[in-house]
Amino acid sequence: MIIDHPLLGPRDASEFTYMGDASLIDRPDWQSETAARDFYEYGYLRDNPAGWHDELWFHEAGDRSWLVVTRNTVTHEISKVALARDVARARGRSK
Amino acid sequence: MTQKNRFETGGQIDRESLHKFTFDGKSYTGHAGDTLASALLANGVRLMGRSFKYHRPRGVLTAGSEEPNALVELRGGARQEPNTRATTIELYDRLFAKSQNRLGSLKFDLLAINDRLSNFLTAGFYYKTFMWPAAFWEKLYEPIIRHAAGLGSLSLKEDPDVYDKGFLHCDLLIIGAGPSGLAAALTAGRAGADVILADEDFRMGGRLNSESYALGDMSGADWAAATVAELASLPNVRLMARTTVIGAFDHGIYGAVERVSDHLREPQPDKPRQILWRIYTKRTILAAGATERPIAFDNNDRPGIMLASALRTYANRFAVAADKRVAIFTNNDDGHRTATDLQAQGIKIAAVVDVRADAPRSADYEVLHGEVVDTKGRLGLTFAELKLTDGSSRTLECGALGMSGGWNPNVHMTCHQRGRPTWNADLAAFVPGEALPAGMTVAGAALGDLSTAGALSGGVKAAQSALDLSGQGPDLPQAEDAPINIKPFWYVEGCSRAWLDPQNDVTVKDVKLSHQEGFRSVEHLKRYTTLGMATDQGKTSNMGGLAIMAEFAGKTIPEVGTTIFRPPYTPTAIGAFGGRHRGQEFHPKRLTPSHAWAEERGAVFVEAGNWLRAQWFPLPGETTWRESVDREVLATRGSAGVCDVTTLGKVDVQGTDAAEFLNKIYCNGFAKLAVGKTRYGLMLREDGIAMDDGTAARLADDHFVVTTTTANALPVYRHMEFVRQCLFPDMDVQLISTTEAWAQYAVAGPNSRKVLEKIVDQDISDEAFPFMACANITVCGGLRARLFRISFSGELAYEIAVPTAYGDALIRRIMDEGAEFDITPYGTEALGVMRIEKGHAAGNELNGTTTAQNLGMGRMVSKKKDSIGSVLSEREGLNTDTDLRQIGIKPVDPSASVPAGAHLMKLTGPISAAEDQGYVTSACYSPNLGHAIALGFLQNGSERMGERIRLVSPLTGVETEVEIVSAHFIDPEGDRLRA
Repeated sequence: MIIDHPLLGPRDASEFTYMGDASLIDRPDWQSETAARDFYEYGYLRDNPAGWHDELWFHEAGDRSWLVVTRNTVTHEISKVALARDVARARGRSK
Repeated sequence: MTQKNRFETGGQIDRESLHKFTFDGKSYTGHAGDTLASALLANGVRLMGRSFKYHRPRGVLTAGSEEPNALVELRGGARQEPNTRATTIELYDRLFAKSQNRLGSLKFDLLAINDRLSNFLTAGFYYKTFMWPAAFWEKLYEPIIRHAAGLGSLSLKEDPDVYDKGFLHCDLLIIGAGPSGLAAALTAGRAGADVILADEDFRMGGRLNSESYALGDMSGADWAAATVAELASLPNVRLMARTTVIGAFDHGIYGAVERVSDHLREPQPDKPRQILWRIYTKRTILAAGATERPIAFDNNDRPGIMLASALRTYANRFAVAADKRVAIFTNNDDGHRTATDLQAQGIKIAAVVDVRADAPRSADYEVLHGEVVDTKGRLGLTFAELKLTDGSSRTLECGALGMSGGWNPNVHMTCHQRGRPTWNADLAAFVPGEALPAGMTVAGAALGDLSTAGALSGGVKAAQSALDLSGQGPDLPQAEDAPINIKPFWYVEGCSRAWLDPQNDVTVKDVKLSHQEGFRSVEHLKRYTTLGMATDQGKTSNMGGLAIMAEFAGKTIPEVGTTIFRPPYTPTAIGAFGGRHRGQEFHPKRLTPSHAWAEERGAVFVEAGNWLRAQWFPLPGETTWRESVDREVLATRGSAGVCDVTTLGKVDVQGTDAAEFLNKIYCNGFAKLAVGKTRYGLMLREDGIAMDDGTAARLADDHFVVTTTTANALPVYRHMEFVRQCLFPDMDVQLISTTEAWAQYAVAGPNSRKVLEKIVDQDISDEAFPFMACANITVCGGLRARLFRISFSGELAYEIAVPTAYGDALIRRIMDEGAEFDITPYGTEALGVMRIEKGHAAGNELNGTTTAQNLGMGRMVSKKKDSIGSVLSEREGLNTDTDLRQIGIKPVDPSASVPAGAHLMKLTGPISAAEDQGYVTSACYSPNLGHAIALGFLQNGSERMGERIRLVSPLTGVETEVEIVSAHFIDPEGDRLRA
């Protein structure tokens, strides 16, 4: 596979390490009333779509960016690649 | 040494070069340009192998990589290679090959008895027969079957040759250099595109080399040669002959194996045998041609019976007659072309047997309307029995019989991304479906365009559309443009055995049987009968099997479905996939800066991650590793020792939020750590399980140095970047791994300060530099360095780091300055003994199942802040009173051993998993205590000090009584650390 890195252009997938569902960005609030339940769901419950999937890839043999790659799990087609940091900010994460 | 079946003239062989070769010990000659198969046929050798199951005599069926029969063991010694196809082996001088799958000689194979037993050895034979008694399978049946079955044999020696891997990029990859591929390459090459043209053959041209017809005023082969010459002159075109594209992978990546040296007796020095190329291309044209298919009739597997197109290839390309008298059995016009070509070479056509009532007539040879129903000839064809439509029978005397059942487009590569071919009734064949791999266009016979003119113009159009070119393209020569007029015909009704898959000995009967027994899907048919398995993957047989299955099921072929194809296109050597990654080069080898010094001292090394670390340093006279390790431990605890700890992961953490960041990744607090101090930190995974531990040293308000364990350096760094980028993107913090940037040594023992005082430029007295202090310092009069007063051994100890380039100099200086204190280098074993004596957890304890609670560090998990893993570490299930706790273990009998991995059970009662109370994680002999000691986990262990319990290791046969003690065997108060 080839991942079109937003900063570096097309790079071979062998330069990357895969982590999984980009929902891992949405880490719950530790002080919430429902924190125990929220973290359980965050840690263990994942969608397993046959189709489009936002997932986290780490450019380990490259610039060490975490990326959110939108990949079709059936065809391996990649429709979008973004810096995970930008995605995290867009989803409201900060410090 | 005559080549009795070679024509006087013609063919694309170099008659000037005479290659001698041996097959089954007999010597023959051939020419450059021959394959082993063509050279054997030229010498009148038809018998080349034995079939897999029945050990039937077999000759070539084809003239290409689809060959199921003529599999040989090529070369000898360590280079012996089983299951190579005689039809693709390029002849070289002194080639050496043997037939395979025989017991005795090829002519008198003792296992041919299986052929007499064929009524029993039908599809599913093994499944049905060897079911009972069950115990017989492993002891009796399997060894016998394994001995008798299988194809060639391996040399069992190490492959002496080198395999390489390479990467190529292009605008357009063209797979196949037949008429369509060459036309496409010419179009794209002249337009200036970066083109790679790959073909599995050693001579480009595809069928053009095998046919007699003209392209304009040239022969097909000459046109191909002229086109290849022009392409070779274009700098933007890379011609890759002897290169099989084996698969179409994601995003325009193709795998290709280039056989650099397979056509030589042995590779030239410094040349690889093969190269596995990874080709990155924007667009691809699949011009892989088509494969002719046989017709099934009784005893259609005798040497001499082959595809009609193969007969033509041997005659036209190799100037070889398969025999002087040849018959043809066809269901389409292409079979007649073979008859015409052979007749032109002076071969007697016994007859063309055509199943079509409207078969074309010929003045030159006899055309019979009917079927071939049987053949004769024990080791090779002698007669063909015919049944004609008018009811009469005929016997034809012939030494070769060409079968022409139509052509299957080579759609394999179109299926590699789950594409499914579609049925074309006019061709009675599958053609590429709609869903092709992204960027792929198909042209020529692979698309079902079976005429030469169609292939040429199709190639041009494919290149134009792939590259968005306009205009006419190259001028194409006049070429034949005849339809093949096929009448689908798959098998002749018979009473004996009609072969579909000669390699796996699958007959029409087997397909029928499988249908009767309820195997209705193509996939089941394949697995039950073994149709289409092994080296040829059914290139000549799958279609027939499918058609016959459809007939039995009363369905059409497209209703029954099709099998699709997976990479690789042809068998590929494991060596090519391995490349240079074998033996010591399997993974990278990392050496620490003290490696040369350690080698000089005779260190024994151990692999840790990719690193080589000194395990111990034997001295003359020491005969066991334990002697060396005990000495290193005692010397360190007695005076001073030094150990290379460069391999520990080091991460520089900088920024105004650095302390806050460490608060997130460690379960314990770091915000209040003073500058100049170091603290132990435990990292949890988000699920609350311990991930790694290490230290963080605060060198400045906004600057920490974090260490990780050697094995986790990479994953911990990855995790830290995840936390930084994905969870807290606005923290002002930067990370960089500096593991390779600093050489670091642990200097331990009561005299360690005295040694370092001679090296460090600053005051490092206990007052100036107390336990857990850290600082940027200088050594040896000005070299920048870092000093940490931390201890893994439990002794007064320091870790000192200098830039990597000075690592070798520093270790030598430490040894020199430490000589007066008998400083002793120690390796990872002594390091391990000392940390077990001190009760420090390491990888064996942080094993992916243990929590901070288990490790006795539950109180470290801060409840006052958010850190990774803190919420889930409070889960009820991880916090029961009977949880495992880390404990120390010592044997009641001081001479007893306590193996790691042993389990802990009550003193009496059964030894069973139900009785399991805990287990041993780390164990060693403590030279300080004089007996074995161990660390482990025990249910409620922290409340059970002094209790006696049984340690059992059924694996090593140990059962011994042990006492539960504190994990801190040495200096539990920590006085030595703070000395």
